[in-house]
Amino acid sequence: MSDYVVDARDLTKVYQMGDVEVHALRGLSIKIKRGEVMSIMGPSGSGKSTLMNTLGCLDRPTSGDYLLDGESVAELDDDQLADIRNRKVGFIFQTFNLLPRATAMANVELPMRYAGVTEGRSQRAQAALETVGLGDRVHHRPNELSGGQQQRVAIARALINNPAIVMADEPTGNLDTKSGDEIMKLLLGLNEEQGVTLIIVTHDPEIAARTNRIVTIRDGRVED
Amino acid sequence: MYWNSIITALESLTANKLRSALTILGIVIGVGAVIAMLAIGSGAQNTITGSIEGIGTNLLFVVSGGSEDVRNPKPLTLDDAEALTDSFQAPSVLGVAPTLQGNAEVSAQGEIHITQLNGVTTEYEFVRNATLYEGEFINEAHLLGRSAVVLLGWDVAEELFGRTDGVTGQRVRIEGQPFTVIGVLAQKGGTGFTNEDDRVLVPLTTAQARLLRRSTPNRVDMILVQAVSADDVAAATEEVSAILRARHRTAIGEDDFTVFNQQDFVDTAQQITGVFTIFLGGIAAISLLVGGIGIMNIMLVSVIERTREIGLRKALGARKSDILVQFLAESSLLSLTGGILGIVLGWLIATIVGIIAANANADINPVIGLDAVLLATLFSTAVGLFFGLYPANRAASLEPVEALRYE
Repeated sequence: MSDYVVDARDLTKVYQMGDVEVHALRGLSIKIKRGEVMSIMGPSGSGKSTLMNTLGCLDRPTSGDYLLDGESVAELDDDQLADIRNRKVGFIFQTFNLLPRATAMANVELPMRYAGVTEGRSQRAQAALETVGLGDRVHHRPNELSGGQQQRVAIARALINNPAIVMADEPTGNLDTKSGDEIMKLLLGLNEEQGVTLIIVTHDPEIAARTNRIVTIRDGRVED
Repeated sequence: MYWNSIITALESLTANKLRSALTILGIVIGVGAVIAMLAIGSGAQNTITGSIEGIGTNLLFVVSGGSEDVRNPKPLTLDDAEALTDSFQAPSVLGVAPTLQGNAEVSAQGEIHITQLNGVTTEYEFVRNATLYEGEFINEAHLLGRSAVVLLGWDVAEELFGRTDGVTGQRVRIEGQPFTVIGVLAQKGGTGFTNEDDRVLVPLTTAQARLLRRSTPNRVDMILVQAVSADDVAAATEEVSAILRARHRTAIGEDDFTVFNQQDFVDTAQQITGVFTIFLGGIAAISLLVGGIGIMNIMLVSVIERTREIGLRKALGARKSDILVQFLAESSLLSLTGGILGIVLGWLIATIVGIIAANANADINPVIGLDAVLLATLFSTAVGLFFGLYPANRAASLEPVEALRYE
């Protein structure tokens, strides 16, 4: 197996906005090593979100090759992509995106449900919630948890299927400084202890500074 | 997997209780209406069929008129009736009762009542199993003497005298002519197409001479024929037809008369009430359709509201089919719940209609068949699936990137 968990070459992405073609990615190449903590920075409109969506297999590139964990994913159909996302990608969002009516446990179980796991789901979810320090909040609903706690549930959910990469989009953007710091500590700790490959998209230079590598995107390309 | 979908569907439906309840209500009313209409329809059918069957399974009704190809059709006459009593040519025939039928105005003590008038012979009593509440039946002397005597039906007696006791011996006027009441017919109850209690019987000869004059002398309107038993109805029909064909000299296949038996009436009645039931059920089904559109409406709103949730589920690995199943589970759960409650509502309506009908003396016992229940359940679930399909498909086709970005 290759050392690179992400190996993307010459990615382009063209959106059709009415009559105008928008080139969000212009031949971008990026490699990410297993166990790396990387941050992606860049101004609005730089193609940062498009890159994240592409690396997270939420969207397909218009052209280019993308090997995720050794699998070529650039030309898969919707259901195959869903499968890849389920097994190989964990998402952490700025707005947490928990199901409001479901308990922490049920939220964490969700990816296992789509993976078709039937046995031992609640034990695994319980263990994941304990890892993020929420062992005593298992049956709480999101509205009974603080922002930091909600993001912890989201992290537990992102890790539950042992993904190849974890994509975090402004994971501290909706949190106060203290909880944001705790979330960063948690993420970096998970990287150290479990070797989770972490890709953090952020505006915040302080957050970026805590990662091994900073990649800046400008005009759809990696800035040197 | 499916169990999970049902749980998820339940969760999201209970999150919006009032909305779910109102959506279900549409289906409840639709299914309830269908069930009630079908139940009342089949209840009416049973009542009508029952009252026709009450006429007697071994009766034949011979009326004039048949194939239109007969060039010179002859009416039925008393002689025809007489010929049918021939026990050599018609061994399956037990009794023959020719009748004249018409409407007449009957009055007494200033009360006027328009009713059905039957001119009958003495055989009528046995052929039709006519029982008397009081007095006695028309006899040979009455027929020979063309007597001005009359038997009153139960309702007629009630109408004219306000009672049914001691009416015998009273005088009434029929079409202005004086008649003496010689008896009151026992109450038959149970109404089908005609009210057996709302009529009067007079001697056939009296009717011929004074009340129901026909262009051909000796003409009768209907000949009632009693077969020896229910099993001999077919044989009796053949014998009667053969005799009448010979007497009327018609070619084979071109009868100028028609023989009905009770089964023919039952079949006709069932056909009519069947159409009636389908018609009512069809109208009720429209409300079910409207309920289905309600489901579709709510599901569309729900898909839009939950765009982000759908995006998230897709990001976490939900396939198109997972989302499709989730939304279909919701819409079919709505319609299935509505269907079950609708069956209960339909049963209630049918029972209440039955009680009202019983109080109004129209004996309808609504019948909720298992087939109607199954049909309603299946149909309502199908409605949920059908009207849920479009919204669910819309949800399943959302692009995860767009859906996640949706505010």
